[in-house]
Amino acid sequence: METRDIYLDHAATTYVLPEVKSAMDPYFCERFGNPSAFNSKGLKAKGALRNARKTVAELINALPLEVYFVGSGTESDNLAIKGVARANKEKGRHIITCKIEHHAVLDSCKALEKDGYEVTYLDVDKYGQIRLNDLKKAIRNDTILITIMYANNEIGTIEPIKEISKIAKEKGILFHTDACQAGGQLSIDVKELGVDLMTLNGSKLYGPKGIGLLYVRDGVKIEPIIHGGGQEKGLRSGTENIPSIVGFAKALELAQTSKDEESKRLILLRDKLKKGLLEIPKTLLNGHPTERLPNNLNIAFADVEGESIILRLDALGIYVSTGSACTSKTLEASYVVTATGMPDEIAHGSVRFSLGHRTTEEDIDYVLDVLPKIIEELRNMSPVEVDLEKILEEWNKNE
Amino acid sequence: MSEKNKCETCPVAEQCDVKEKEDIETLREWFYNENVRDHFFNPRNIFKTKEEAENYKADGEAMVGSPACGDVMKMWIKVKDGKIVECKWQTFGCASAIASTSILSVMVTENGGMKIEDALKLTAQDIVKRLGDLPPRKFHCSVLGDQALRAAIKNYLEKKN
Repeated sequence: METRDIYLDHAATTYVLPEVKSAMDPYFCERFGNPSAFNSKGLKAKGALRNARKTVAELINALPLEVYFVGSGTESDNLAIKGVARANKEKGRHIITCKIEHHAVLDSCKALEKDGYEVTYLDVDKYGQIRLNDLKKAIRNDTILITIMYANNEIGTIEPIKEISKIAKEKGILFHTDACQAGGQLSIDVKELGVDLMTLNGSKLYGPKGIGLLYVRDGVKIEPIIHGGGQEKGLRSGTENIPSIVGFAKALELAQTSKDEESKRLILLRDKLKKGLLEIPKTLLNGHPTERLPNNLNIAFADVEGESIILRLDALGIYVSTGSACTSKTLEASYVVTATGMPDEIAHGSVRFSLGHRTTEEDIDYVLDVLPKIIEELRNMSPVEVDLEKILEEWNKNE
Repeated sequence: MSEKNKCETCPVAEQCDVKEKEDIETLREWFYNENVRDHFFNPRNIFKTKEEAENYKADGEAMVGSPACGDVMKMWIKVKDGKIVECKWQTFGCASAIASTSILSVMVTENGGMKIEDALKLTAQDIVKRLGDLPPRKFHCSVLGDQALRAAIKNYLEKKN
């Protein structure tokens, strides 16, 4: 059978754009210096670092001194949460987050719980958004940090960041957002969003892997979690990864300047895919109907298990995921989908299609051509017949 | 985060090591084992339609597992002269669950059919051995297979007596 190469897993990671790769190239063998070295090689590297920081700062509407490069999105989340918690422990030891955060956030919070911090994990509604009233109720006198993601990696739901930051400001609580999924597609103006800390990384927006950043508003108290040579003003030691920093800045620039046009294109393609897939009986959309990432579609196919769908598509050269790539090592149903009020059996049959730069209408047509038949075949082999109406009735209660 | 045991409703939870994490590459390697691929993409002894399954007259049938757990197997058998002559099945689950049920259905019906008493002795290890190899976390899929078979035989014996 014919094999295509249809990559619909951009939320897991992206390829590096050729422009990004070219921008990085000189920094491997020629301009390889250490920015901390007081010689011409070092100064050239330092110049590249400064330019990259300036580019990124302008893109997020911050000052260059508020941008800290780190080793990944995960490290950035760890630094934001542990760094702020430790630096502000005199003020309090309570943190608020939500149940559908990435593991980088959830597990950082869990690690702090072992150190005596208290964490409130907010529930989400049926579309995956936190309820602002829940947030208000969860705030205590000793709350020092609220960390809520900009957009969810599995179901694509966009959280009400501006409203959250308003509440955080009123109460004088620091607000961090993990914007890794949003960085390539949505506005990441920190002033407009009103965030105090923001995490971004390269590998979701056509930049290199192994590079991230943390925006820290000037004046926010934060401690390093990695100690050493004192790079990044002491907040993140370790020789700066210049090729990746340069590539990350270039990728962010390309993504942010093309995002309006590209989002329009992706939404058209995604909605075509959505319409076609929801025409298959016993399917439903996970996540928010409108407040979602332009490239994200998460569909539950009742009565079939996600891995079988993925492997059948894989054999045809169509690459998708169940939930997040990080949780695919465990057999448990997606905690994100179940947090929206869906039962485990629906979560087990949920598949994420994340579109991107290379996705064409032909790709979408091909998926729509082959997937209904795969679902039908797998359903014929399945002894499970869930009562979808009853499930939706229960789910609707999670308003 | 909820710490509830997702498998608390599953009848074979104790034999099932779902908590074990392992490298996805191992799974991939195993999945690309020719035998597993073959049985996943060309499952044997299945019904072509739901209607066919509904109208099937079996001598014994049983269902094990739970959808919340991620694996459910249903098995139908026909018995003649103490041997399993037909074995039909349905599986909700991952590739390994589908492949292991398919191969089990072949094992019990090949060469004129397996004697009931031999079929009752079949273990998960026998299924895994026939498939080639199985990553530890996927072991429970074949455990469910032999459970389903035993339950179907039990149902046959109950009906018979």
